[in-house]
Amino acid sequence: MSATELMPQLDTPLVIGGRTFASRLMVGTGKYASNAQMIAAIEASGAEVVTVAVRRVDLDRSKDEGVLHHLSPDRFFLLANTAGCYNVTDALRYARLGRAAGFNEWVKLEVIGDQQTLYPDTAGLIEATKILADEGFKVMAYTNDDLIAALRLEDAGAVCVMPLASPIGSGLGLLNPMAIRTIKHRLSVPVIVDAGVGTASDATLVMEQGVDGILMNTALAAAKDPIRMATAMRLGVDAGRLAYLAGRMERREVAVPSSPTTGMLT
Amino acid sequence: MTPLSTAAATIALTVNGEPRSLPAGITIAGLLAAHELDPRLVVVERNGVIERDRAAFEAQLLDSGDTIEIVHFVGGG
Repeated sequence: MSATELMPQLDTPLVIGGRTFASRLMVGTGKYASNAQMIAAIEASGAEVVTVAVRRVDLDRSKDEGVLHHLSPDRFFLLANTAGCYNVTDALRYARLGRAAGFNEWVKLEVIGDQQTLYPDTAGLIEATKILADEGFKVMAYTNDDLIAALRLEDAGAVCVMPLASPIGSGLGLLNPMAIRTIKHRLSVPVIVDAGVGTASDATLVMEQGVDGILMNTALAAAKDPIRMATAMRLGVDAGRLAYLAGRMERREVAVPSSPTTGMLT
Repeated sequence: MTPLSTAAATIALTVNGEPRSLPAGITIAGLLAAHELDPRLVVVERNGVIERDRAAFEAQLLDSGDTIEIVHFVGGG
């Protein structure tokens, strides 16, 4: 049980596209050692939103390895992604296939521009966001930490903009806090930082910038103990969120005593 | 040999990128059943068009030359 769940008066709920979400931490389902480990880590994270990818069924395998055999759509909010798509046409196709699965009209839109960095093709992303928003999709757009791209995505109809902290799967943490703060200040739609978080202090630092939430996958799946890390991330997100809401003290480059300077013995 | 016999008639089509030979008269539901797939857990795309009506799978015959994609959700970020 997290602090904000224990004391809901400490925070307001996260609302995206008119829907209220129970947790500011969203998690992926990829790269776990086993399905049992994935489920245990997701439960430990407290996440409601879990991302999934759309892929061909392997017809030559005996039994289906679909993630829905392990994750209940009644318990979690399934967010289909378009990971692996390098152009608008593919991203639209994957988004439509994901919606046809029949759970919801939401998509975590990725249009990747480069294999080395997995940085987004922001022009393609904006174009795909417009088309999907017109089709009634609730688009959560994975993007870089560029303010202009974020503004264009909001204009294109994204319900949420998801700038990276650092490259997908890198675990490098928050590379440009100012860029993330700027995006958060300038956008009206929620900002969820997606990708790059490596450990709990990264999550805290991200949330301290004032963003609305974080989506992560590798930081949990690639931790030596994903369940402990998921717990740490849950606490780290809460810690950062509450610290942001609390408002930190001013930085001073001089010491100021915490104990009274009067009443000293002479 | 009786070339006009329909007893062992097959159709040639592409399923998930692989050429397949299937019995003539097979439906989408039949194809899924042959692979032990629950229709509620997959999405079927036929010749680039998503087959949205799962209730119709029982009646939808596959044709020679069809390109079928059967997809599902897998772990991802």
